[in-house]
Amino acid sequence: MWKACKHMPSKIVLNADWCKGCHICVAVCPRQVLEVDEGSYLRGFHPVTVARPEDCTACQQCEFLCPDLAIALVEEDA
Amino acid sequence: MHDGLRSAQQAAGSLFKVEGAGSGMRDEQDLSRDSAWTTAPSVLKPGRYFMQGDEACAEGAIAAGCSYYAGYPITPASEIMERVCQRFAQLPSRVFMQMEDEIASIGSVIGASWAGARAMTATSGPGVSLMLENIGYAIITETPCVVVDVQRAGPGTGQATRPAQGDVMQARWGAHGDYEIIAISPWSVQEAYEETIRAFNLADRFRVPVMLLTEEGVGHLRESLVVPDTTPIYRRIKDQGRPPFGDADVPPMPAFGEGARLLVTGSTHDAWGYRKTVSPQAQSRLVERLASKILNHRAEIERTHAHYCDDERLDVLVVSYGFSARSALRAVKMARGSGIKAGLLCLTTLWPFPEQTVLRLTSKASHIVVAEMNRGQMLREVQRLAPHAVGCNRTDGEVLSATDVWRSVQKEAPA
Amino acid sequence: MKPGSTESIRRYVRAKSFPTPFCPGCGHGILLGAILRAVDQLGLDFSQMLFVSGIGCAGWIPSPHFDTDTLHVTHGRPVAYATGVKLANPRLHVVVVGGDGDIASIGGNHLIHAARRNINLAVICANNQIYGMTGGQVTPTTPFGAHTATTPAGNPEPSFDLARLVAAAGATYVARYSVWHVRPLIAAIQRALQHTGFSFIEALSSCPTQYGRRNAQPSPIEMLRWFKQSCVTLERAQSMTAEDLAGKTLIGEFVKPG
Repeated sequence: MWKACKHMPSKIVLNADWCKGCHICVAVCPRQVLEVDEGSYLRGFHPVTVARPEDCTACQQCEFLCPDLAIALVEEDA
Repeated sequence: MHDGLRSAQQAAGSLFKVEGAGSGMRDEQDLSRDSAWTTAPSVLKPGRYFMQGDEACAEGAIAAGCSYYAGYPITPASEIMERVCQRFAQLPSRVFMQMEDEIASIGSVIGASWAGARAMTATSGPGVSLMLENIGYAIITETPCVVVDVQRAGPGTGQATRPAQGDVMQARWGAHGDYEIIAISPWSVQEAYEETIRAFNLADRFRVPVMLLTEEGVGHLRESLVVPDTTPIYRRIKDQGRPPFGDADVPPMPAFGEGARLLVTGSTHDAWGYRKTVSPQAQSRLVERLASKILNHRAEIERTHAHYCDDERLDVLVVSYGFSARSALRAVKMARGSGIKAGLLCLTTLWPFPEQTVLRLTSKASHIVVAEMNRGQMLREVQRLAPHAVGCNRTDGEVLSATDVWRSVQKEAPA
Repeated sequence: MKPGSTESIRRYVRAKSFPTPFCPGCGHGILLGAILRAVDQLGLDFSQMLFVSGIGCAGWIPSPHFDTDTLHVTHGRPVAYATGVKLANPRLHVVVVGGDGDIASIGGNHLIHAARRNINLAVICANNQIYGMTGGQVTPTTPFGAHTATTPAGNPEPSFDLARLVAAAGATYVARYSVWHVRPLIAAIQRALQHTGFSFIEALSSCPTQYGRRNAQPSPIEMLRWFKQSCVTLERAQSMTAEDLAGKTLIGEFVKPG
C-alpha cells in the first residue's frame, strides 16, 4: 500500500490477483502517479506500480475506469 | 358414448383416487403425512358444469392456483387464453399478459415461476416450435411451469382449425439435448380439468416443465365437468440451506427476493448455480440427475386407464390417447359385441412412456392396434415393446372415428 | 467508506468469481463497476434487486459477479423473462443487462414492446458494437464500414441508433454515455434505477480483442480515447454544424421525465 498526497487522507491499494495488466489506470491518471513495471512479467503481463503516491489527488479516475475493481483508494484510518 | 364416458370418468378416478401403478394423486389420508401437499377450496363452486375442453383446462389452471398466464393468439388455443383473461380479472392477485410472441410468452412464464408464481401458457404446434429453446431452458434450470399444446394438423401452418396428434414426438424430443419430459394427454373435459391440476402439481413436485397435449377435438367439445369441493396442491419446497440445483434428486426452490441470492443459469452449472462449462463431471452429473429425477419416480407420474382388459388373453389390444381413445373405446365395445376379446389401454401420461403397463397388457394380447391421429408416433414406442403392433392412423385433419378403429380391429382379429 | 468507491462496492460482488473472465481492458468491466457504484450511491437494498441477463459477454456482467439474485437466460430474451418476474412480484427491483446483439438484434422485438408498454424495468445495454463472445461478428450497431469477422470488407449495412429507437418505441427515460464518460454514466444509471417506467441506458463499451483489433484500435486505452474524442453531448451538438457532427456520436439524456 502506498500513502497518497499528505493533504488527502487516502492510500492506493492494488489487488494484484484481480489486475490483468490492461494499464488503463496508468494512462488515465492525470498526475502520472502510476507506472507500468516493465521489469516484471510473472502472470503474462507487466503489472502496475505506484511510482509517485505523493502526487495523488484521489480523483478516483483509476478506480472508476479499472475494469477489474483492482485498484482502490482507501480512506486512511484516523 | 354416454355410458362409456361415465365409466371412463369412474375409471379415471376422482382427484383423490389412487389406482395402483399410476394416478399421480394422493390419497386423502396421505396428504397430512407429506407437508408439501395441501388442499385448496375449489375456485369454481363445486358441482356439475357443461363446459368446453379448452375452458375446463383454463379452470383447472385457476383451481391449481395459476397466478401468471402469458400467451399469444393461435388457433385452436386462443380460447384458453381468453377464458383465463376473463377469469383472472374476476379473481385477486392473478396476472394475465398477452405477450408480443410465443417466445416472450414462455420466457415471461419462466421468469414468473422464479418469482414464485404457478405459471402457464397455451399454444399449438407452431407455437411449441418457437418455445422449444426456452422449454429446454426450463428443463436445465428446473423451472416448474405448464405448457399446453392444443395440437392441430401440421407440419408448418398446416390446417389451423383441424385436429391432429402429430406433436407427440415433438413433446418428447423437440428441445435440443438429452432430457426427460412429462407430457399428459386428457381424453375428456373432466380430464382436461383434472390433468391440468395434476400438471401443475407434477411441475412443482419434480421442478420440470409439464406439457399438456390436447387437440382441437377434446379442446372444442363440450361435456360434463364435475368440480369437487377441494383441489390438491403440491407446494414448492424452499429450504435455503440446501443447494437449489443439486445434491437432492429434486432440490428446493426458493423464489427471487427471499434472500437466497440465486444464481439461475441455462449453462451447465454446479449445485449452487455456478457455471461449469468445461467440466465433464458437471455435465454428466447434471444431465443424469435431471433424467433420473423423472425416471426414478415413474409410479408417481404415470397414469393410464384400461377398459375391457381383464381377460387373461385378449384378441386385440387397442392402445390410444386423447380424442382417438374415445373413438377407440366405442370400437372396442363394438368388437366385444361381435365376440372379439378386445380391450383398450388409454394413455393419459404419454411421457415418460408407461412401459410397464404397456408391456403387461401387450404381452397378453395376440394383436395390438395403436390408434392415433398421426402417421404412427406412439406406435413406434409400443413397437419397441411389442414389435407386431400395427397402427390405425388418420392424418387428414379429421378425427379418428370409431369406424376407423373398428375396421383395424377387424382386420387384425377377424371374428 | 465513500459510497461508490471500489472499496465500498466490493461488498456487492462474489469475491470467488474474481478475477473476472473478461479480457484485459474490456469496457464491460468498467460498466460492471458503474452499475454497482450507482446502486451503492443510492443506498438501494441489493437483496431486493434482480439482474436478468442474456447471452454474450455483457450477460456475464451480473452473473455470477453480483452477490444477489441473478437470472441468466437464453439469447435475446432477458427483457421477456424480466417482464414475467416483475409482473409476478412487483416489489422486486428488476434490472436487465445485455449486449447490443442480445438486446437489439435477436432481442429487438422484446425491447421495443417493453418500451412501448413502459413497463417498470431498467435495461442497460452494453453496446460494444460487436458479438464479442462468439469471435467478433457484426451486429445491428456495428458502424457502417467497420471490419468484423462477418464483414471482412467493411460493414455494408447502416446501424441502429439504439437510444433513438427505444425512445421512439415509448421508453420514458433514455440515456447514452460511453464507459469513458463513467461519471455521467453512473449518474444516468442512478436515474434509470429511480425511474418509474421503462428506462434504457445505452452504455457504449469497448471490445479491444474483437472490435479494436480489427479496426485499428487494438489497445484498451486507445478505444477509450476514441470515445472521448468522438462523443459529443446533446447540449454541445446544438451549436455545431452538420459537418462538424459527421462521424460523432451524441451522448446525453434523450428522454427524461417531466
